Amino acid sequence: MAHYPRIIARLDIKGPNLVKGIHLEGLRVLGKPEKFAKYYYEEGADELIYMDVVASLYGRNSLTEIIEKTSREIFIPLCVGGGLRTLEDIRSVLNAGADKVSMNTAVINDPDFISRASNKFGSSTIVVSIEAIKKSDGTYEAYTENGREKTGVDVFDWAKKVAELGAGEIVLTAIHQEGTGNGFDVDLVKRIAESVPIPVIASGGAGKVEDVNEVMTEGAADAVALASLLHYECIQNEQEDDDYSDEGNVEYLRSRRTFASIRPARIQDIKQSLREVSIDCRV
Amino acid sequence: MKHVAIVDYGMGNLFSVKHAAVAAGMRAEVTTDADVVTNADAVILPGVGAYRDAMDTLREQGMVDVLKKAANEKSFMGICLGMQLLMTESLEFGRHEGLGVIPGSVVKFNEPKNESGRTLKIPQVGWNTALKPMNGMNSWEGTPLEGIGDSPFMYFVHSFHVAPDSPESVLAVTRYGEVEFPSALCYNDSLFAFQFHPERSGPKGIAIYKTFSNFI
Repeated sequence: MAHYPRIIARLDIKGPNLVKGIHLEGLRVLGKPEKFAKYYYEEGADELIYMDVVASLYGRNSLTEIIEKTSREIFIPLCVGGGLRTLEDIRSVLNAGADKVSMNTAVINDPDFISRASNKFGSSTIVVSIEAIKKSDGTYEAYTENGREKTGVDVFDWAKKVAELGAGEIVLTAIHQEGTGNGFDVDLVKRIAESVPIPVIASGGAGKVEDVNEVMTEGAADAVALASLLHYECIQNEQEDDDYSDEGNVEYLRSRRTFASIRPARIQDIKQSLREVSIDCRV
Repeated sequence: MKHVAIVDYGMGNLFSVKHAAVAAGMRAEVTTDADVVTNADAVILPGVGAYRDAMDTLREQGMVDVLKKAANEKSFMGICLGMQLLMTESLEFGRHEGLGVIPGSVVKFNEPKNESGRTLKIPQVGWNTALKPMNGMNSWEGTPLEGIGDSPFMYFVHSFHVAPDSPESVLAVTRYGEVEFPSALCYNDSLFAFQFHPERSGPKGIAIYKTFSNFI
């Protein structure tokens, strides 16, 4: 373990709303991202990731306004991804208040873009998002567009390459586990984390506190990005009924149900549980 | 309301520095104008990026003498690269003259290793603790670090760190693996410099801005 592992809240965003799906599909509106972000900040999150989950599909980025609002009141690092394709795109989200950017489609299409971006903004600013799907023959393929588009690229080769090209971190999402609550793909995380010299953030699959312990100990992850596990806990605490815009399916939100295989947890509970297995966290 | 000038030399996330200063109750102005710095009640020199580029820009802006004067005369906070710029010189890719307010240099991490001998990642990116130094200032009373506990977690992003000539100015140290480096300096009672980013270090980081503001 290099140093104190980070517990990161991951907020997938569509238009003005926080959404969540399963395997990044079937997105349901959970609420306003700013509200969740503030809650996680107060609960002790070490960092936030905002992913604009539809930006890449439509070639747009609607996050700027949300980033500005967030960085006015939330004083922890903020990483932003989704649809960033040019140095100018990166500049615009950094100027809005982001500290780092995460990219997938743009760098799969043009790997040298990683070097150009890290030379320009510093390697610690450039995060590469890898969306991995386990295939029936046991190999892993990198996908883009939230697990919709195949690339033919082997995940292990790609991880090494992005580190060599100057990426500062990798967010590794196991799409086949994402949103299921069945746990991380620990084997995948371990193989990647041990093969690259840069931090690896494990994402996708956490359904309970113990899953986080496992991916930190067995999986050698430097950080975890958690969504459902935290969001469902936040929803249970949220009493107000806001006026949500027409965008997306809000029926789920109104029902205030949680997903059966997820045991929601607070960030402090997760950190306490890590301390019990001798992993020290920021308090 | 105290007026703080945040020096903009084209690098780093000034947005978060500004909003931290505002959250701490200051009137914050991001500026490239040396006159604004001269007239402000306090100055923040932030920054992330390359040392030489930063000094070149400050020279072009006519900011160098103004900053030296401000650092000696009014409440002043240097953050990350802004801390390093206050030193005599940096050994980052060559030898570069700094503002020379605090005697000492800026050096690269000397192969930090963890307890099991594994070389740690550089840059250091993430949370680490600020500790009271064995040599140096043994109390944080009367400094921006008062009231936030004995070993507060702060957010770091850096490959180089300062090495002041005198340990007397060291306000806090941080251990990265087995390497211990100065993570906060205090000079002339009103100049404070931090390797970490208080504006990205949660409520304790904002408390540092608030305490700094109270001293102006």
